[in-house]
Amino acid sequence: MNRILAYFESIGHAVILAVRSFASLPSAPRILKRTAEHGYYGGYTSLPIVSILSFFIGAVLALQAGISMRDFGAKQFIGTLVGESMARELGPVMVAIILAGRVGSSVTAELASMKVYSEVDALVTMNIPPERLLVLPRLLSVLLLMPVLTIMGVVIGWLGGMVVCQTHSFIGVPPEAYWASLKQFMTTTKMLDGLIKAEIFGFVVMLIACNTGLRTRGGPREIGLAVTKSVVSSLVAILILDYFITQMLA
Amino acid sequence: MSAAKLKTKPSAERQDRSPVGIEVSSLSKGYDHQQVLFDINLAIKPGEIFTIMGPSGSGKSVLLRQIAGLESPDTGKVRINGLDPAEPATRDRFALALVFQAGALFNSLTVYDNLALYPMEHHICPKSEIRDRVMHALQILSIENTFNKLPAELSGGMKKRVAIARALVMEPQLILYDEPTSELDPVMSATIAEIIATLKEQFTVTSIVVSHDRDLALTVSDRVAILRQGRLLAVDTPAAIRSTSDPVIRDFLNPQIDLRNPRFKQLEASNE
Ligand SMILES: Nc1ncnc2c1ncn2[C@@H]1O[C@H](COP(=O)(O)OP(=O)(O)O)[C@@H](O)[C@H]1O
Ligand SMILES: [Mg+2]
Repeated sequence: MNRILAYFESIGHAVILAVRSFASLPSAPRILKRTAEHGYYGGYTSLPIVSILSFFIGAVLALQAGISMRDFGAKQFIGTLVGESMARELGPVMVAIILAGRVGSSVTAELASMKVYSEVDALVTMNIPPERLLVLPRLLSVLLLMPVLTIMGVVIGWLGGMVVCQTHSFIGVPPEAYWASLKQFMTTTKMLDGLIKAEIFGFVVMLIACNTGLRTRGGPREIGLAVTKSVVSSLVAILILDYFITQMLA
Repeated sequence: MSAAKLKTKPSAERQDRSPVGIEVSSLSKGYDHQQVLFDINLAIKPGEIFTIMGPSGSGKSVLLRQIAGLESPDTGKVRINGLDPAEPATRDRFALALVFQAGALFNSLTVYDNLALYPMEHHICPKSEIRDRVMHALQILSIENTFNKLPAELSGGMKKRVAIARALVMEPQLILYDEPTSELDPVMSATIAEIIATLKEQFTVTSIVVSHDRDLALTVSDRVAILRQGRLLAVDTPAAIRSTSDPVIRDFLNPQIDLRNPRFKQLEASNE
């Protein structure tokens, strides 16, 4: 019971944190540099892992589909399947999970250590709102980098599917046929659905990371616990939100 | 270092430079299972150097956090010229500065950026002037060659000095120091004492100093408070504190090392 209450309490705190951060949006021009730095760190350095994972997710989708459809003779739809699954579901979810693991964890660790070692208190006595200096640039940066990473991931996933279709003789779908079937059912709306998901996931992951970090009390042990908590809550939030957003966009 | 140079220019932003007085009335504070401060009453006069001494764990840092408005007392209140320090507007008005016990430097920023953050964020002066101010504050504490270092590359004493320099850059009217000399050598401690005295004389800055440093406490202070187990034992002038007849305070200020009758043996005996 207490844990459920604590859960809702932290959701409440996260919402307040988001509101306070965006209240300092008028100062956005001044935090452009920080936003760009966080965007670079979170986005650019995540590109390799996003590429590798997307490639293999696209590849395994095509492979599994190829195996399942071998007997049905529905191979011509593999491109459609990989295309839609990557764009609307697996692309955004995978990028969000990578974000939680790579960026969310480090943001939580950094803010938690700032909290524990009184750096946040120092900001407060200096009348520099931590929300403006620490949270808002990170929230904005994630909104910028999620669409880019997601589009990258989706396209590389499609390529992964194409490579598998071409190289496995029992599937044997040539690239032209693969792309044709992918394009046939792919629409801008479907791409947009994926990007909307990605933006929401990214925002929520970053908000959880910042909120968990700033609410840490205690010492080094608590910093570690905060990181674990941040990543676990982010993963849970991603999958639960995914269900509801999918339903809403359907 | 000439005293008049401690501050470069009065900043245009802060018009209200009247000295700051602090009123602490029936303040008490506790955490989950522990009462830390009991019914503290203090009136710190404008421009005063007020030192709080007391054994470790007696609640000195907690008291400073209440005065700085970082935490709210359970009962009672703190007023700075009649205003609540928990309000950002109050801290802004008097440019309240707190020198944290462990420095609380921003670990991801260089020393220079640590000092420049406040003037930059508050647009107190043009960029070129910020540079002068920051370098000047570093010079006062003889750490100008650390300006491009990260806090992790500094010794404990240097961090302390950066923390003090960071407070000076704010041109505060009220500075709270949490053990400013605890990691410094005697010469640097003397410099800190001079800085505190100069800020008072030249700019009527009010200072509250938490310290174990007897010399600092009994030379520069106007008044000294002794805090023990969350209660104020005495608040008086340094001369009066020095000549007190209270055995507890005498023992705290001048502990005699008694090899024939060690204290820890007495403790062991009383535990049995
Ligand atoms: N945030 C906190 N939560 C719980 N207990 C605290 C907290 N801060 C301080 N205390 C307790 O309050 C007492 C006084 O601490 P402090 O003011 O730091 O002592 P000191 O006089 O050495 O500065 C200590 O027993 C400490 O354990
Ligand atoms: Mg202390």
